[in-house]
Amino acid sequence: MAAEATTPMLTPAIREKILAYIPRYPSKRAVTLPALHIVHEYLRCVPYQAMVEIAELLEITAAEVHDTMSFYGFFPQAPIGDVRVWICRSLSCMITGGDEMLEYACKKLGVRSGQTTPDGKLTVEFAECLGICDYAPAALADDGRIFGPLTPEKVDAMLEELKKGPVDPSHGLNPSSGAAKPSTSEVLNSKPN
Amino acid sequence: MAQFEPVLTRHFAVPDGHLLKTYESKGGYQAARKAITEMDPDKVVQIVKDSELRGRGGAGFPTGLKWSFLPKDRKETFMCVNGDESEPATFNNRQLIELDPHQFIEGMLISCFATKASTAYVYLRFEYIHAFRIMETAIAEAREAGHLGKNIYGSGFDLEIYCHRGAGAYICGEETGLIESLEGKRGWPRIKPPFPAIEGAFRKPTVVNNVETLACVPHIIERGADWFKSIGTPKSYGPKLYCVSGHVNKQVCIELPLGVTTRELIEEHAGGVWKGRKLKATVPGGISMGVMSADEQDVKLDFEDIKKTGCLGLGTAAVTVMDDQTSMVDYLYNTSRFFAHESCGQCTPCREGTTWMYKTFKRIKAGGGRLEDLDVLGQMAENMGLTPGTTICGLADGAAWPIKNVLAKFRPELEEYIRTHQAPRPIVSPLQKAIAAGISADPTNTALQIVPSPQAALRSPHAS
Repeated sequence: MAAEATTPMLTPAIREKILAYIPRYPSKRAVTLPALHIVHEYLRCVPYQAMVEIAELLEITAAEVHDTMSFYGFFPQAPIGDVRVWICRSLSCMITGGDEMLEYACKKLGVRSGQTTPDGKLTVEFAECLGICDYAPAALADDGRIFGPLTPEKVDAMLEELKKGPVDPSHGLNPSSGAAKPSTSEVLNSKPN
Repeated sequence: MAQFEPVLTRHFAVPDGHLLKTYESKGGYQAARKAITEMDPDKVVQIVKDSELRGRGGAGFPTGLKWSFLPKDRKETFMCVNGDESEPATFNNRQLIELDPHQFIEGMLISCFATKASTAYVYLRFEYIHAFRIMETAIAEAREAGHLGKNIYGSGFDLEIYCHRGAGAYICGEETGLIESLEGKRGWPRIKPPFPAIEGAFRKPTVVNNVETLACVPHIIERGADWFKSIGTPKSYGPKLYCVSGHVNKQVCIELPLGVTTRELIEEHAGGVWKGRKLKATVPGGISMGVMSADEQDVKLDFEDIKKTGCLGLGTAAVTVMDDQTSMVDYLYNTSRFFAHESCGQCTPCREGTTWMYKTFKRIKAGGGRLEDLDVLGQMAENMGLTPGTTICGLADGAAWPIKNVLAKFRPELEEYIRTHQAPRPIVSPLQKAIAAGISADPTNTALQIVPSPQAALRSPHAS
């Protein structure tokens, strides 16, 4: 946790992005979550030094940033993989096999839930309800791709797909692409309806 | 019933339904235009009040009444939209945002006009990544077309909508937890009163409404309160999106009048229980609401009838179906695991109680249950939450309700499980191993007493 960095960790581009959020809220502190998300997006983690710099930008203390950041289970302090995938373990997913799918994926990758593969490509975590219960048992990648209903074979295919790296964030938004749905999930999805 | 015409989901199958031009071509934003240019805010509030629209987020509080609690002499009002849909098995708001974002924006527009709010924050859970992108695009489109921004439709009414993303905390779906999170703090619910209508976000009067509630508003303005009241059951009017998931052939989100039964949902809309099995139980509206046994499937899913089954309420109307091979121990293990993970840690009965319940069910599941556990669990469930008045928010009630319901409806099964699943203790400390191996070890050496951590403790992404 030593603040060894003499040069700022947050680049001018990140700072600019954070500062652009300030006019949206009556208080600067309200930008804490957006700032954490922006930093996380660039650095794939939120190290202590970044919290200090966010605090400076928002004119609050680093402790306040850390207080907020540590409340949410979302922000790791060490970098995660290129893609982060959550496998759901809440009721609808669990009763259709979610816990087993998580175990299977972890075993396949040789990691425990919450860990990153040694090649740094993939972080696999459990999640409490992802809100995609129509795909139960389901998984969600942090680039927006949805996978489900999972079976061991589909977990294999999913992991292969995810190891290729994140997809372009704008997919599924262009008018020409038709249904507003992530593309890969359509490939991997054999939903009956 | 057969003639029911879906309104909230009417554009779901339309290609490019998330685009403004599609929405406008179907008559979109006409209701907002009508409200803003022809009505005054109080009239809109009155129409919504007359329609008896009740909040779709879980508590079922009358929306118009909520709006009328705002102080008359207020200078600034905020609208917070609760899109932190984290209740397990619920995904109707995600579909509403992804498939018809402009209907939702129009609802916000009218509601902000009615409540004189000029800033609206859409609190979206982080997991709705695609919905967030759709929302950002839709807001930009609407602003471009003059539906948002300054002096909307030349009426002098201004509105800016911002998306605010959560970070994976269930508790931020509680309205004051949401407000705290919006302000950049940890999502700890506030003690009420003051209610958000008096002192909410940034200490200003604030309205917090669910996505689906707001999506109903344009239709009420367009077709009138009487139309809305012609749908549903007494005291529970209007259409509702029901989600069905779990052990069914087809996991769906479907729009129906309030007051359908779970039997209708499962048999007519979800393709029946999967694998040809029989139904054992259903969770009526997200796991906080408790559980209904197989012979309670003809109870109407509305705000009133559902309480007759001993369930907490309608909740989010997200039905989870469990077949006859599901163990109620697994069900309770799952719910207690969820609430232990999601308790925010502010109130002791909930923080300690949910974790304790989880540990107990983990032990029972692993074959270390005791029959007395059930009595103690029952007492615990009675003593935590808003109902006995020991916590700030209702999360603990949600944690207690499944246990109360299962103890009332399936107790013999739990007792049977405990009796027939007795296993030796699965976790053995190094000291116990040493004793078993006949090695003379120093029992005061604490290093030998360390028990391997259970899997759940290793979830932190940086614990390598």
